[in-house]
Amino acid sequence: MTPLLFTLSLFGISIAAGVLGSLLGLGGGIIVIPALTLIFHVDMRFAIGASIVSVIATSSGAAAAYVRERMTNLRVAMFLEIATTLGALTGAYLSAELAGRWLYVIFGVILAYSALQMFRKRQEKAGENVPASALADRLKLHASYYDQSSDREIAYRVTHVPLGFALMYIAGLVSGLLGIGSGSLKVPAMDLAMRLPIKVSTATSNFMIGVTAAASAGVYFARGDIDPFIAAPVAAGVLVGATLGSLLLGRLKNHIIRTVFVIVLLWISGQMLWKGLHFHAAIR
Amino acid sequence: MPPSAENSQPPDLDHKARQVEILISTLLRVGVIASLLVVIAGVVVTFIHHPDYVHSTKETARLTTPSRADFPRTIGEIARGLREGEGRSIVVTGLLLLIATPVLRVAVSIFAFVYERDWKFVVITIVVLAVLFCSFILGKATG
Repeated sequence: MTPLLFTLSLFGISIAAGVLGSLLGLGGGIIVIPALTLIFHVDMRFAIGASIVSVIATSSGAAAAYVRERMTNLRVAMFLEIATTLGALTGAYLSAELAGRWLYVIFGVILAYSALQMFRKRQEKAGENVPASALADRLKLHASYYDQSSDREIAYRVTHVPLGFALMYIAGLVSGLLGIGSGSLKVPAMDLAMRLPIKVSTATSNFMIGVTAAASAGVYFARGDIDPFIAAPVAAGVLVGATLGSLLLGRLKNHIIRTVFVIVLLWISGQMLWKGLHFHAAIR
Repeated sequence: MPPSAENSQPPDLDHKARQVEILISTLLRVGVIASLLVVIAGVVVTFIHHPDYVHSTKETARLTTPSRADFPRTIGEIARGLREGEGRSIVVTGLLLLIATPVLRVAVSIFAFVYERDWKFVVITIVVLAVLFCSFILGKATG
């Protein structure tokens, strides 16, 4: 394969990963990493480095739109970013200490979890007897957002701030370790633990993903894990794919197609696990 | 949405918050698009400088092997590469701009919270910015 063909192939597969990620609401990173490592045999570290850059591109693009639509709780995001960035630093540091095959194993587990997470019934619980939280009061985290479907401003209260903070540290750690956005960990921390409305949780998670990824991208860049000729086509491709996906098709609602995709993702997760557990010598 | 009259917050504070939201949104969008244009320009320049990349298969293996690749990583190396019009350095510059976009967003938020006279959040935002700067130092130390 010539470098030109290699670049174009990565660009193509990244567009596909971006479209699929946006359809499934998973983000491109978690799909592009198996594509790079399993199909193109890119080293796991370079795949993670390229993915984390693509995560910054897509999340910043999406966050720009959400902030404009006043869906994001900027104060909750800013406060929790202390936890996610510290977690990301820990994760990026750990990823250099861990043997490569453990990254495959952990990736496989997180991918399976994220895939199954798509079946989660996301019941709106915001506003229903939210326990009082002195910390949330002090930080003035309670807010409101404009709901388009009912054409009114919906106020909500935030709770369980320390629990949310702890969960965000773990989400940041996974993001830094594997080079993914880990929105599937951030969103439940906000809508289940802190009781933010679902739409606000999704928007705020997206907003935080960029900063979280920047923290670990700094480590990966300084360490030399962000190879320009892998990261460039991947970042551009995933962004193009994610934009196409959201413009043309929106979020996938059909239950049967979703189930098919979940099975495919579980199969990929199995491939990653298999590679991590069996090819000891081949992977550093 | 313009702030409604029956909103509980004073209108000028709401207006300020809205201005901040628009500023952050614009910053993120411009940062992502500009940095990716630089990245793409760098890739194009690289292929113009290395016509052999179109037919030779020699260099590709390097991209998928675990060895630490020889690309510019320090400001000095990047600056030298840019002066020589090296495509690789242009790509790295674009990638750094992309990584810097959310960092810049955090930095702008500090001024936004000062503007809103929200000192607790000024401190919180400075802590996040400090962690982000630590990341480059930590990467150097472990690299």
